[in-house]
Amino acid sequence: MYEFEFEKPSTVAEAVAALADEDAQALGGGQTLIPTLKQRLAMPSKLVSLTGIAQLKELSDNAGMLTIGGAVTHAEAAEAAAGPYPALADLASHIGDPAVRNRGTIGGSLANNDPAACYPAAALGSGATIVTSRREITADDYFRGLFETALEEGEIITAVRFPVPQKANYQKFEQPASRFALVGVFVAKYAAGVRVAVTGASEEGVFRWREAEAALDASFAPDALDGLSLDAGGMIGDLHGTKEYRAHLAAVVTRWAVAAAA
Amino acid sequence: MAKVSMTVNGKDASGEVEGRTLLSSFLREQLGLTGTHVGCDTSQCGACVVHVDGKAVKACTMLALEAEGAEVATIEGQANADGSLNTIQQAFQDHHGLQCGFCTPGMVMSAAALLKDNPKPSEQEIRDYLEGNLCRCTGYHNIVKAIMAASGQDVSSIAAE
Repeated sequence: MYEFEFEKPSTVAEAVAALADEDAQALGGGQTLIPTLKQRLAMPSKLVSLTGIAQLKELSDNAGMLTIGGAVTHAEAAEAAAGPYPALADLASHIGDPAVRNRGTIGGSLANNDPAACYPAAALGSGATIVTSRREITADDYFRGLFETALEEGEIITAVRFPVPQKANYQKFEQPASRFALVGVFVAKYAAGVRVAVTGASEEGVFRWREAEAALDASFAPDALDGLSLDAGGMIGDLHGTKEYRAHLAAVVTRWAVAAAA
Repeated sequence: MAKVSMTVNGKDASGEVEGRTLLSSFLREQLGLTGTHVGCDTSQCGACVVHVDGKAVKACTMLALEAEGAEVATIEGQANADGSLNTIQQAFQDHHGLQCGFCTPGMVMSAAALLKDNPKPSEQEIRDYLEGNLCRCTGYHNIVKAIMAASGQDVSSIAAE
């Protein structure tokens, strides 16, 4: 790692001030950022830890809305969501491994927006709201492509609000070495309609499969997806699977998720 | 450089570290606690697992300064007060849960974290929990067996191969 300064503020306002310095970067649980720094793929002048800010550790469950603070770890989120939103708890409890889940945070995962990460599928599939130090961003506006989000320089995710669906499920087909999602699909049924979010598959990162949503609005059953397929164009093709393989797999995994949720 | 203070295995520990100093480096190089092994240094192998405030974490993927004020437990603090092996360590010896031993500190610390939350885990729960701990010698069977035995469960039916 290159050298950097380290700050650990206790309020969001202090963190925002600390991040105003050129090349300062926010540090969540560090489960992606620290390995990235070790490979010298990033050279921040300063890391601003968000894990000492009490506000970012808050959890609440009110009137069908589960709110998870930006610095809540995957393990803590899994515990908090177990009652109100079991599909989200299941997703959080299968990210990485136990030690990673004790450090990694929801805000860190969403800010990084790895195309194979699990949380982006939950946020987009739930129509969650990303609350930041400056504003509120709907999940539909938040994800902008590979490692790209609507976050601006120095903007911190303070919380994520998940509307709790009637039914939901997340299915992850793991890449066996990394255990990241080769393809992961989050399906959630709300009174307003069904949402289907696919991670791991697209070169543009997480995306909604609108045709599947429309079909599932008509009938929330795996059969409703008969005849639907995803275009292989724009899918990730690598040594783990071709574009065509991922497109096919995403449709299969969507059926699994619907079957498990229905 | 900045000062960092924490409790390690029940004793106060402090030192001067850089922002980039990893918890694993601080434990090994400044405190001389070399039982915490660094295998991959890429957050994959789990040989460096320690407990920070009771939670299993990878010491190679946490900055030392993030552990300011924390209670840290490492493999060196696991033995009984009289120096004899604790239940988990003894079970690893009894059931041949190691060969070269490099992964063992992380395995024992992960096992301790698992058994604290889940005192009677199933074989599958143990295998799932050890997802982030790699062993290149044993094929895991005897590690799983040792952890089951340490939890007081009958291990006679667990495959030895």
